[in-house]
Amino acid sequence: MSTGDLIWTDDPAFADNAKRAVENSQLRRNVRKATGTIRERRAGLVAETPDWQELRHAGAAIKDDVLHHLDAYLEQFEKAATARGAHVHWARDAMEATAIVTHLVRATGHTEVIKVKSMATQEIGLVNALETAGIAAHETDLAELIIQLSHDRPSHIVVPALHRNRAEIRQIFRDHMPDAPHDLTDDPLALAEAARLHLRKLFLKTPVAVSGANFAIAETGGLLVAESEGNGRMCLTLPETLISVVGIEKLIPTFRDLEVFLQLLPRSSTGERMNPYNSVWTGVTQNDGPQNVHIVMLDNGRTRALADHIGRQALRCIRCAACLNVCPVYERTGGHAYGATYPGPIGAILTPLLVGVEHAPQLPFASSLCGACYEVCPVEIDIPTVLVKLRHDAVQAERHRARDATFQAAANAMSGRRRWTAALKLAPLLRFLKHGAPPPLSRWTRTRDLPDPPQQSFRDWWTKNR
Amino acid sequence: MAEGAWDKGAPRRRPRRRKGAHLLRSWRLYDAARMRVALFTTCLVDALFPDAGKATVALLERLGQPVEFPLEQTCCGQMHANSGYFEPKLVRRYVDVFEPYDAVVVPSASCAGAIRHQHAMIARDASDEALATSAETLAQKTYELSEFLIDVLHTDDVGAYFPHRVTYHPTCHSVRILGVGDRPLRLLRNVRGIDLVELPRSEECCGFGGTFSIKNPDVSAAMLADKMESVIDTGAEVLCAGDRSCLMHIGGGLDRIRAGVRTLHLAEILATTEAEAA
Repeated sequence: MSTGDLIWTDDPAFADNAKRAVENSQLRRNVRKATGTIRERRAGLVAETPDWQELRHAGAAIKDDVLHHLDAYLEQFEKAATARGAHVHWARDAMEATAIVTHLVRATGHTEVIKVKSMATQEIGLVNALETAGIAAHETDLAELIIQLSHDRPSHIVVPALHRNRAEIRQIFRDHMPDAPHDLTDDPLALAEAARLHLRKLFLKTPVAVSGANFAIAETGGLLVAESEGNGRMCLTLPETLISVVGIEKLIPTFRDLEVFLQLLPRSSTGERMNPYNSVWTGVTQNDGPQNVHIVMLDNGRTRALADHIGRQALRCIRCAACLNVCPVYERTGGHAYGATYPGPIGAILTPLLVGVEHAPQLPFASSLCGACYEVCPVEIDIPTVLVKLRHDAVQAERHRARDATFQAAANAMSGRRRWTAALKLAPLLRFLKHGAPPPLSRWTRTRDLPDPPQQSFRDWWTKNR
Repeated sequence: MAEGAWDKGAPRRRPRRRKGAHLLRSWRLYDAARMRVALFTTCLVDALFPDAGKATVALLERLGQPVEFPLEQTCCGQMHANSGYFEPKLVRRYVDVFEPYDAVVVPSASCAGAIRHQHAMIARDASDEALATSAETLAQKTYELSEFLIDVLHTDDVGAYFPHRVTYHPTCHSVRILGVGDRPLRLLRNVRGIDLVELPRSEECCGFGGTFSIKNPDVSAAMLADKMESVIDTGAEVLCAGDRSCLMHIGGGLDRIRAGVRTLHLAEILATTEAEAA
């Protein structure tokens, strides 16, 4: 698999991207304000849910069951969906998936599609692939529309334009939306109204839609999309043809399991008790909704991730982005610094797991391991532990002589009492480095002093006094 | 077990402190009178911050709990593991040195967290199941300082006196990896004379993260700036935490800008008594 399959990922130089992001004070202000708002809403709703921890355990357990029996559930899903009139396709990677979707759209004879917001289609670069094939794909989610109009990239899994404030959005509409009113203000209602009028025309004239899915129900062959704006409902009901790209890990065993996930997801993602729109469709319903229903089941590195016995828990992810909203690193850098479809803590593990850590060796290090992500994850993904495991893989995949030697020397010094006592004798040298050390320690002393070395080590004191 | 100077023969008796109450508490207390406790100072405290180690010893001895310092100890290996280098030999060393003890006290939540959550993983990665099992057993009797005081010695008032304005930073690994909860704050609230002020956004990371501070210095510095702002806003003279590593980071930043706030490990405040402070 090539790195191009996961768009933008080509060893993203996180540290360099992050440096630029940290220096952008407007970006930091925007991200901090937005994540802070969602974080507080989520915390309030979790506090009022007495069985929250039980729900998390249940969510993790259901997903683990799916991952352990993925082969069986996938076949069950295909059989059920096919029986209800859907066509199920299988895509090993992004190339196969985009080729299937392009072929299906071409077969309809149309050259425009409307899109529901979907991470899987982002991941495979579907909009660009369709454009290359002469098919215009219109994003209908408000934030995705803002991103598409401004030729920008999403920076958040749930709120892709979170790095923009409303003054910037007004400017984007005025510059790039031909039917925007001349007197458009930055009032959120006015901005939303302008987008509604723009999108309404697309809903009414476009007979092909592309979506993802939040959940695929193995028992029934149904798919579910949860959203807030109603644009999804339009795309899923008005067109004649509906093509959904679904990661193979999106399965849940039964319809009943939604009981757990429809409590976990809205609270974790948008800080709501319930998503305003939950659309479920199962194959084709005669004379109601799309009559031509396709489902593209996407691997694109998921079986690779499944083979990692510690990392596979990342496939439980339901893309709620709660981990982004609490992450102190994400809060300072925004999502673009991660250089991949999935930003934030989950991206720092999911991206290397999907493409291979050798193609994204910096991402597992883009964390202070503070554990805030694990604490909020609705499916209990132990992100810090997976990060440490992936760091181990990254160090082995990409040898770095000086760094390896430094850690080797430190480990050797620590592997015997005499050696360690000898190494402690070097501590007084810190005195000369306190305000300015040579690289790489200079990265410390640029903004912090080093401590004054003590008169004697603890063990010297102990030996003399005890 | 490797031979070591820490083997001091027959364990000492620890005097009983609270009449009757121990019968109701954990099984450990039945053994408490004969408990052999080792101090794992951590490499950082051993090398650079001996005062935190000395304070831990003084505090425990004042509470009637003798403590031993096995000289063969070095490092838990967390810095290596978090940088991608798994060192089973450091796990082996920790297990060999501390296995003979009934309990190990660590004045660091971060290192105690590594012992509990990383040692077995590192041993398994090296296909050493026996070491992993030993590490898991030993992890269960490894306590961060505030856990040891409250869960084993059953005290949240250690009789300390510290007449200063103090703010407390709950380090990430203490609240989220170990889950020490409000134990350190309970201990601090019972210190005589202390003016304990709440730190805004206290549970947010200071940006240290071990080698994260070197690998991603710009993000780390941005996180540090926000943490320092919160600390300075409290008007505290002293910033206290249960991890010398995080304090080295925040303190290094505060010193650089001449903020006039000093950093002290939790043990250093709890070890101070009226006699010493006078």
